[in-house]
Amino acid sequence: MPEPENSIVMTDDQKRRQRRRNIAIGVALAALVVIFYAVTIVKIGGQIANRSF
Amino acid sequence: MSLASDHITPTPVAQPSAGEVRDFVTLLKPRVMSLVIFTALVGLVRAPDAIHPVLAGVALLSIAIGAGASGALNMWWDADIDAIMTRTRGRPIPAGRVTPGEALAFGLVLSVGSVIVLGLTANLLAAGLLAFTIFFYAVVYSMWLKRWTVQNIVIGGAAGAFPPMIGWAAVTGHVSLESILLFLIIFFWTPPHFWALALLKSDDYARAGVPMLPVVSGPDETRRQILIYSIILAPLGVAPWLFGMTGLGYGLASIGLSAVFLLLAVRVWRERTGEAAKTAARQLFAFSILYLFALFAVLLVEAMMAGWI
Repeated sequence: MPEPENSIVMTDDQKRRQRRRNIAIGVALAALVVIFYAVTIVKIGGQIANRSF
Repeated sequence: MSLASDHITPTPVAQPSAGEVRDFVTLLKPRVMSLVIFTALVGLVRAPDAIHPVLAGVALLSIAIGAGASGALNMWWDADIDAIMTRTRGRPIPAGRVTPGEALAFGLVLSVGSVIVLGLTANLLAAGLLAFTIFFYAVVYSMWLKRWTVQNIVIGGAAGAFPPMIGWAAVTGHVSLESILLFLIIFFWTPPHFWALALLKSDDYARAGVPMLPVVSGPDETRRQILIYSIILAPLGVAPWLFGMTGLGYGLASIGLSAVFLLLAVRVWRERTGEAAKTAARQLFAFSILYLFALFAVLLVEAMMAGWI
């Protein structure tokens, strides 16, 4: 399919930079998941199964 | 005859971002961030209560990211000044590698995110202090004080002084005398530190129209102010020991370091012309970094030796 007029055609360098930024965002999001998991475990603490409701 | 279409400029097509990952890291001002991490860590370990190491690590990360975010917002706002000054013209926005919009979005997202994470990890007081620090640096200092008053560095210095207090509050949930002293040390350290640099770079600031003290009041008044703030700083540096909050090691180190700081400030005040004046300012600027680092390092070592960490 031909490129529509006025669309952005990225150079190889721009594609490379975009890919690196995407990887960095992915790593940051993965780190956030790990952080929230770890903080949750620490905040809940031990003996979670023995808590009364 | 001209056609109407001759006067219609084509709709600009948005260009893809030219930013590398390192440009976004640069927006966070990593060198300032490292000092923030270090002073916040001291606040964390000096606090009398205990905190789980995972929570301490995440709290420290949040404070660092929050400080970095305020740096990105500062670079977004100050891009016009940065483009003029030789020291800053290579920054990502004036160099054209990151658009102002990207920097603004980056700074805002990280600001909100860091405050939320700190609030969830530590407590609302620490999160509130971090939010205030970001607001103070990005809005009060960058947007208001920096271009308006010669006291920009003095008042704006509070933003850099908050991190140890935030670290302390993250552990204890409150603010006490020692954390206020740590705040005051950085607060009164900031003017002589920056004015020593401003003495060397006053042409840069003058060209950019930033009302730094040497530009507005002249180098002699700057030297007098450096001396005044150094005289206030010296006893403040020793105060944690005088108030019985630290050991003898800190007492001796702070007395020695503060004496050298004062000596260098006196030299800046006396040497007013030629290469000797430049050397004196350069020495004070270099030593001021060592001074703050050494004071906080001794506090950190003392805390570690006392088994508080």
